Amino acid sequence: MPKIIVEIMPKQDLLDPQGKAVANALHRSGHKDIINARIGKRIELHFDREITEQDMADATALASSFLSNDVIEDVVAITKA
Amino acid sequence: MKIGVITYPGTLDDRDAQRAVRLAGGTPVPLWHADSDIKKVDAVVLPGGFSYGDYLRCGAIAAKAPATQEVIKLAAQGLPVLGICNGFQVLVESHLLPGGLIRNEHQHFICRDQKLRVENNETAWTSLFEKDEEITIPLKNGEGGYIANPDTLKMLEAENRVVFRYLDVNPNGSMNDIAGLTNERGNVVGLMPHPEHAVEPGFGPDTPVAMRSGVDGLKFFQSVLKVLVNS
Repeated sequence: MPKIIVEIMPKQDLLDPQGKAVANALHRSGHKDIINARIGKRIELHFDREITEQDMADATALASSFLSNDVIEDVVAITKA
Repeated sequence: MKIGVITYPGTLDDRDAQRAVRLAGGTPVPLWHADSDIKKVDAVVLPGGFSYGDYLRCGAIAAKAPATQEVIKLAAQGLPVLGICNGFQVLVESHLLPGGLIRNEHQHFICRDQKLRVENNETAWTSLFEKDEEITIPLKNGEGGYIANPDTLKMLEAENRVVFRYLDVNPNGSMNDIAGLTNERGNVVGLMPHPEHAVEPGFGPDTPVAMRSGVDGLKFFQSVLKVLVNS
């Protein structure tokens, strides 16, 4: 199935409580080399036809207007799969 | 005067908001998120809760609901709108108010009676307060940390758009101790604490006079009714 994948991460300088909790757990279980973990979102937009340039443009607009909030998040990748 | 209260899937405090409107002397009108007909109400309350289970981001999906879209349109024409807690998040996600709300700095859900200072008594929802009046109403949130970029913060302060500031304790790490904001025109107000839970003796915060006698929230709703009657 053709899809567009949008990846979103919390902004670098914002606290990411989930990532911090995961990093702490990894640390406790012996993975001392992993110094941090951060958790973002992957959103798949599915299509039942070929994805066009226009679809990509629409997804790019949606990624910044609705799927993410630029006050707290960054869109890090928009890819076709 | 009819004050609409929107119910989204996952809203919790719609009934309390309706009750607050009634106790203030208004007529509450239940509104449904999926209905773009907001029934010619004179003002709207976006209540607290967890609309759409906080999916995507708190308030993000509710911002796209047909009823909210109608409110956004009418707010631009001056319709008074009050967003409480999740409703504040909806206002921010709707871009009716700037900035964003993130998880509390200490990462815990917090529930307490919170002291606030009324910084701006010229909005539709605060006209009956004295300037710098100190009030106490309940606060209960997990994602109430207000953030905005430095330019936005400077603009909010310069334009006197911080309506409420946390006193004594900053409960969630909000920048500049911001508890509530207004838009340029003063008709849209959003805040994290809950005025609708402090409207009836016996059910509000404790005061020096008596337990649970605090009714500081009532003035929010009386303010808007007064503004509407005079307009």
